[in-house]
Amino acid sequence: MTTSLEHAIDRRQHRNLWAWLSSRQVFWVFLAAVAACVLLSSLTDTFATERNLFNVTRNFAFVGIIALGMTAVISSGGIDLSVGSSVVLSAMVTAIVMAAGYPFWLAAILALLAALAVGAINGLLIAYLGMPPFVVTLGMLSIARSLAMVLSGNKMIWEFGPDHEFLLWLGGGATLGLPHPLIAMVLLAVFTGFAFRWTRWGHHVFAIGGNEEAAIRTGIPVKRVKVSVYMFSAFTAGITGVLEVGWLGGVTTNLGQAMELTVIAAAVIGGANLAGGSGTAFGAVVGALLIEVIRNSLILLGISTFWQGMFVGSFIIIAVAFDRIGGRRSAE
Amino acid sequence: MARLELKGVSKNFGAIQALNGVSTRIEPGQVLGLMGDNGAGKSTLVKVIAGNFSPSHGQVLIDGQPVQFHKPIDAQRAGVEIVYQDLALCNNLTAASNVFLGREPRLRFGPFGILDYQTMYRRSAELFKSLKSETRPRDIVQKMSGGQRQAVAIARTLLTEARIVLMDEPTAAISIRQVAEVLSLIGRLRDQGISIILISHRMPDVFAVADRIVVLRRGEKVADKPTSQSSPEEVTGLITGAIETA
Repeated sequence: MTTSLEHAIDRRQHRNLWAWLSSRQVFWVFLAAVAACVLLSSLTDTFATERNLFNVTRNFAFVGIIALGMTAVISSGGIDLSVGSSVVLSAMVTAIVMAAGYPFWLAAILALLAALAVGAINGLLIAYLGMPPFVVTLGMLSIARSLAMVLSGNKMIWEFGPDHEFLLWLGGGATLGLPHPLIAMVLLAVFTGFAFRWTRWGHHVFAIGGNEEAAIRTGIPVKRVKVSVYMFSAFTAGITGVLEVGWLGGVTTNLGQAMELTVIAAAVIGGANLAGGSGTAFGAVVGALLIEVIRNSLILLGISTFWQGMFVGSFIIIAVAFDRIGGRRSAE
Repeated sequence: MARLELKGVSKNFGAIQALNGVSTRIEPGQVLGLMGDNGAGKSTLVKVIAGNFSPSHGQVLIDGQPVQFHKPIDAQRAGVEIVYQDLALCNNLTAASNVFLGREPRLRFGPFGILDYQTMYRRSAELFKSLKSETRPRDIVQKMSGGQRQAVAIARTLLTEARIVLMDEPTAAISIRQVAEVLSLIGRLRDQGISIILISHRMPDVFAVADRIVVLRRGEKVADKPTSQSSPEEVTGLITGAIETA
């Protein structure tokens, strides 16, 4: 009796690697992305070119970086619609400070502080005043973009003072053949994945997303953790803003418009549950990859870019639908 | 010496007298069944013991020492734990994560610390074994039976070496087979010398595990006697007021 009980307690749930892998949404999404790449390489002679792959990796890196932050927010049971506006605010602060003749490091710090301030306001209103994340971040979407317009007078900036070349190299260059935004994304993904799995913070983020009431009762500092996830999400948007200025070589106030939707789609496709409680850093990256590959394929296959919104929107709905069906099955 | 002693505990909210001079005691390793109709003062009494409310009058003593709780955390530090009716578990996390939620052990590397999953799995497995519950530390709570979920919630109280565990309607919304499992969990807690206050509407469950029964009616204690000297009929009468006191 005792031995069989101990045996039962010590047994692991998944007996082999395949059972574990196939139960992961991110695994199937990863397969889909790989399949799409293989298909495109054979259907077009433009996909597998160095130039195109360079563009794809860089584009997907920007979405992937913010999807990491978004995954933290969604896992905690929230949503952040203001990331696209945080991108333009951060980019604009970088551009303005550098154009005024200040060095890059100062501009980058101020840009990240501006983004963090947006996240802090979001988080404080949501955590301490109990306002719905959707409403707060929707308001902030408008406020932050408007602020970027006010700061710049809605003009394009393309000259960045003494560190001009460095900025273009940082955002648009490559080291060892890897575009810098991609390197930034990989570093951030490793950092985020580690934080999710191995820190108390990560544990608490997922606990809050799973059952906020339980998290409060066990004494987790729920409010502080909530503020931190919105600041993290804004921070990833801030990093993207700084890098994207360098990549584009100029900033206009429509930068990052509608980006929140792509980012949310990436996170959700990668397994983040909009009801909170699940999501992975790897999933966010893979989700971003799949979206960018599909987006790129539409262009290469000569399909009008007007269709892109249709795909992104459908992805969100389909991913949530899968989740519903899966959730119902496991609840039985 | 009594593990927990209440001396003339009263609580009023404005003009409403929720508790009126309730005195009772519970020994280590004893199960006290707390019964009463809705609004009889059960929840108020539990909240006083758990530190959600401070009593308007009277005293709470733990192991003979008078205690004054201002917040639930004060009560927790004194060894009082609550298992909530809805169990307060995170369905998306593993059993071990739930047991250690909010008190995760860490391996320290200078100023940094990473979660010590090995300790979490090992300790949870030990706790489940001591409860004789077939609950696997690495399983997600979502997929567990009601009895296993109770075991997770109870293991959490064992982790802190609680001395008094308050259980609020633990058998209210689960199947009959699982009720038996929960009642045996309560037995195991008692065997470890923990004092348990069981709040329940279900007469058979209380009679199955409680050593003593306290009945509250309109904020006053109307009965406090060993289970063996009472009967479900008598308790029903006491709850409804058909029997004045016993």
